[in-house]
Amino acid sequence: MIKTLASQIKEYKKVSIATPIFMILEVIMETIIPMMMASIIDNGVSVGDAGHIYKMGALMLLAACFSLFCGFMGGKYGAKASTGFAKNLRKAMYENIQTFSFSNIDKFSTAGLVTRLTTDVTNIQNAYQMLLRMCMRAPFSLICAMVMSFAVNTRIATVYLIAVLILGAILAVLLTRTTKYFNSIFKKYDDLNESVQENVSAIRVVKAYVREDHEKEKFTKASGNVCRLFTKAEAMICLNMPIMQFAVYTCILVISWMGAHMIVSNTLTTGDLSMLLTYCMNILMNLMMLSMIFVMVTMSVASARRVAEVLNEKPDITNPEDPVMEVADGSIEFRHVDFSYKKDAREPVLKDINLSIKSGETIGILGGTGSGKSSLVSLLSRLYDVTDGSVIVGGRDVREYDIDVIRNQVAVVLQNNVLFSGTILDNLRWGDKEATREECMHACDLACASEFVEKLPKGYDTYIEQGGTNVSGGQKQRLCIARALLKKPKVLVLDDSTSAVDTSTDAKIRKAFAEEIPGTTKLIIAQRVSSIQNADHIIVMENGTINGYGTHDELMENNEIYRDVYESQTSGSGDFDEM
Amino acid sequence: MAENRSQKLRGPKGPGGRRGMGPKVKLEHPGQTIKRLLKYIGKSYGVYMVLVLILIIVSVLANVQGTMFTKSLIDDYITPLLHAKEKNFTPLLHKIIQVACIYGVGVFATWAYNRLMVNVTQGTLRKLRDELFVHMESLPIKYFDTHSHGDIMSIYTNDIDTLRQMISQSMTQFFSSLITIISVLAAMLIINVPLTVVTLVMVGVTLIVTKKVAGLSGAYFIQQQRDLGKVNGHIEEMMNGQKVVKVFCREQESIDEFNALNDELFHSADNANTFANVMGPINAQLGNVSYVLCTMIGGILAFNKIGGFTVGGLVAFLNYNKSFSMPINQVSMQLNSIVMALAGADRIFELLDEKPEVNDGYVELVRANEAADGTITESEKRTGVWAWKHYHKDNDTVTYQKLRGEVVFDHVDFGYNDDKIILHDVEMYAKPGQKIAFVGATGAGKTTITNLINRFYDIQDGKIRFDGINVNKIKKEDLRHSLGIVLQDTHLFTGTVRDNIRYGKLDATDEEIVAAAKLANADSFIRHLPQGYDTVLTGDGGNLSQGQRQLLAIARAAIADPPALILDEATSSIDTRTEKLVQDGMDRLMKGRTTFVIAHRLSTVKNSDCIMVLEQGRIIERGTHDQLIEQQGKYYQLYTGKLGTGLAG
Repeated sequence: MIKTLASQIKEYKKVSIATPIFMILEVIMETIIPMMMASIIDNGVSVGDAGHIYKMGALMLLAACFSLFCGFMGGKYGAKASTGFAKNLRKAMYENIQTFSFSNIDKFSTAGLVTRLTTDVTNIQNAYQMLLRMCMRAPFSLICAMVMSFAVNTRIATVYLIAVLILGAILAVLLTRTTKYFNSIFKKYDDLNESVQENVSAIRVVKAYVREDHEKEKFTKASGNVCRLFTKAEAMICLNMPIMQFAVYTCILVISWMGAHMIVSNTLTTGDLSMLLTYCMNILMNLMMLSMIFVMVTMSVASARRVAEVLNEKPDITNPEDPVMEVADGSIEFRHVDFSYKKDAREPVLKDINLSIKSGETIGILGGTGSGKSSLVSLLSRLYDVTDGSVIVGGRDVREYDIDVIRNQVAVVLQNNVLFSGTILDNLRWGDKEATREECMHACDLACASEFVEKLPKGYDTYIEQGGTNVSGGQKQRLCIARALLKKPKVLVLDDSTSAVDTSTDAKIRKAFAEEIPGTTKLIIAQRVSSIQNADHIIVMENGTINGYGTHDELMENNEIYRDVYESQTSGSGDFDEM
Repeated sequence: MAENRSQKLRGPKGPGGRRGMGPKVKLEHPGQTIKRLLKYIGKSYGVYMVLVLILIIVSVLANVQGTMFTKSLIDDYITPLLHAKEKNFTPLLHKIIQVACIYGVGVFATWAYNRLMVNVTQGTLRKLRDELFVHMESLPIKYFDTHSHGDIMSIYTNDIDTLRQMISQSMTQFFSSLITIISVLAAMLIINVPLTVVTLVMVGVTLIVTKKVAGLSGAYFIQQQRDLGKVNGHIEEMMNGQKVVKVFCREQESIDEFNALNDELFHSADNANTFANVMGPINAQLGNVSYVLCTMIGGILAFNKIGGFTVGGLVAFLNYNKSFSMPINQVSMQLNSIVMALAGADRIFELLDEKPEVNDGYVELVRANEAADGTITESEKRTGVWAWKHYHKDNDTVTYQKLRGEVVFDHVDFGYNDDKIILHDVEMYAKPGQKIAFVGATGAGKTTITNLINRFYDIQDGKIRFDGINVNKIKKEDLRHSLGIVLQDTHLFTGTVRDNIRYGKLDATDEEIVAAAKLANADSFIRHLPQGYDTVLTGDGGNLSQGQRQLLAIARAAIADPPALILDEATSSIDTRTEKLVQDGMDRLMKGRTTFVIAHRLSTVKNSDCIMVLEQGRIIERGTHDQLIEQQGKYYQLYTGKLGTGLAG
């Protein structure tokens, strides 16, 4: 995990190394400046030597300037290193995600990927900055002060050492206990926020059922719980400060007592004693700092793990070695195809599918929810790979083609389709970057989208909001079809892509397909019989197998499911959406 | 498409609103906010706060006393001992014990105020969260339409979190630093006034520099938040459309776009962090400069014995000068986070100040007994009969009226904003038990009409009557209890399937739940789930198919058993085969209830008692299926248009 992440530091290696060096230099100056202060007092002020004061004062100003420079550079480089690291992490993840296959994406879920790219990266960035700026500084500063103390007086320094060990042990115990506590609390806390989220998006349901009180009760109970747990955990954390103070105070008193005896017996000077007291604070403060770094780093470990997961994920669909760059025609064949989304699934989604479709045919696919319609067509452009058997397009196994080639030649209009923020033209040009305005308009004509696009105030330059929220469902579907048509594919797959389009427009689109792109093989998944009844062949899917295959008339005669659906729909089935 | 509309309403805010943009760092009235916040905390924890304040003072004084002790240790104890013939350590021992006691008190005070603050922080946050939630639940639907869900969520997460930091850490540190500054300042003034002035001038310089740097870093910080928002927005959009990106082989373009945004973010984040990091060293070194200046000036003063200033005094003064810069540093650091938290507090209070839904109805729904002669009396027990309890103020009488489910729209005009009316002069009459269907294009106003019946929105003009009573006079909760609704977008809650169905009727028995599920034909799929009715649904029922979720929503409406029902595209995502099953259940559900149906399948609409054809917010045709066919209007066009679509490709 650390290796994966560290490999993303890349061009920020130099600043990453420079940062702790500057921080160490700053620490050295920090150790020297108090010595100068002591010297000013001991050899200047106390003795009345003004020259020494000026000399040391000037030196101290110089030292302060240098220290400022080091602090400045440390801060600057630390910022550069950590934000650069974050940039690289985001970039690497984003690029890797682009190579993901559908099953990789399914594994992480959209929301999961978003959190990893945003919150998790920010956590790592903060922890990394802390590590660079403090992780060297604090222990080095601690060691410096410790070495100085030992140089001044071994016995008193031993007291520090004992104090550090005891305090370190206590802090370690406290820390491990609190982090454990916090981990479980944060889960509860997330749940609480999730319930708010749920209420915000489902407010109509809450209000329609007059469940405000019910929700309030649920929420206050959960928030009370969170409050109780937080109080418990923070009660433990607030021991930190007093324990720290206790250690410092105890050290001061013990040293005062020991120091007084030593001074009296002439083994220590007064100047030494005040210096030792300064170091005492220094040592224990840095120990505290270390413990804080530890907390921050452990908290970001979970984030680091999640980011590394994305970085290490290998796409399970890759280009073949000598890819075929041309799809001969739109013929399709399924040979003993088995398919399941997960390797260890008990029941395959598709079982022993055998099919043969000629180039240019129109095929209708019908079947209940979960019967395997979408799975069947998603194998065509290698959105998923078969578990067993083979899918052949244009006379070759789809796994022999270059992935871009097969996906451009087999255009799929997905069931859950999206438009992206940008103008309508921008969106259409996803299908063909070089498409002229005329070509785009022609595609819209075929998809019956031009009729509404031209009515928009800005026509084809209308800006589509993120998620396509400013066009209706039916309009979105038609734009998605036009976008796919611009690919000029050999095979066109419509996965329930006209469900929100009214029946007559639906018919118009199909008519345009028949007249304008006769050579393209068309697979149409639909719930409406009217959408597919005139297809060359119709496939009836049921439980992952082909239940029936034939023309409308044949199926009416020998397929029960088809007959059922047909009858239920024609006894008065119309469509009133999108008049 | 309720979602579409709500999105359009928040149009001017642009995609995503403020989501992911982080807190904006601009305060309009920090004084007022801080006063309100302190008052808010003080209301429940006033005594705690006073105690905390006292304890902080004790803790700080104990600490200051320690600094004084180290000085007197050398001057008053060790030096005399050096010169004393008899080395008597007893006075020192006494002093150490005395100091130890004071230290002990200090340590205890530190612990006590920290511990108290935990209670204050967590208690206040809990209260805030609860109040926020309770208040949010009472807000009108319009609020949720006009505020992005991301913005509302960030109040609960970001704003509350920064507030927690502020109350638990910044506030106490701010106080203790302030008290340290005051006590040290007092000590310095006693020793020497001119040097104190020098120190204060340096503090002024520090503050000015800090403010400058903070201002610069603030500008970059805002820029960083803006860029972060852009990057997050892009990530969200592209991750949602990742599958489409794959289908269109747009990976490279997507990477290029992202890299451009990512680089911008890097630059602003780099700058913002640099300035934030540099602040500490600058302050520390300015502190050192102040020390040197005081030494030099103090040296001149002491050597020339100006104003009776002694060398010993200078040493003591310099000690204080040294311990002066740390708390100042801390105050300036805390100031930043306090400003951030106040911005969050502003947003929290803003939500708390939103006006709740108006609910001034007084007509109540009560359980009732109906006598043979038709007279209605109120009943304590469940009778299956409900009645409207109408209190007449003018003559102090109560009348009862049986709940029947009659809905009348009388010249209703409505718009989401007053200046844009989208429903014009809607006239409608639904007798108890009738089925009314709405037909029309997206945006014609079908969903809007149904949202008016249960007063999700209030109308601009005209009247809506339920059983002859103006809906404005009916208590909102009772009105909504009498109306079941299955929405276009199904929303389920985290919990078991059973809990989700029970949502319609909280005291439903397990048998009733199964019966409702059977009615909606949901029973068979539920039984196939891994844990049946006890399967836990998470993330809005994400583990179920759209159709299954709709079946659950129908079961949820069925169990509530309301006299009137609104079905808004309730079967849109169910495939035709399953729909046939659902349809039977729905027919059973609709029996004997006034039902409003919005559907795009004719089979659902055809047998309605009345079909309303809507166009651009007006009812343009109405009548039964046969009547409308005979009229040969819009409805006829659609119906026959469908018959002429046998042109498949």
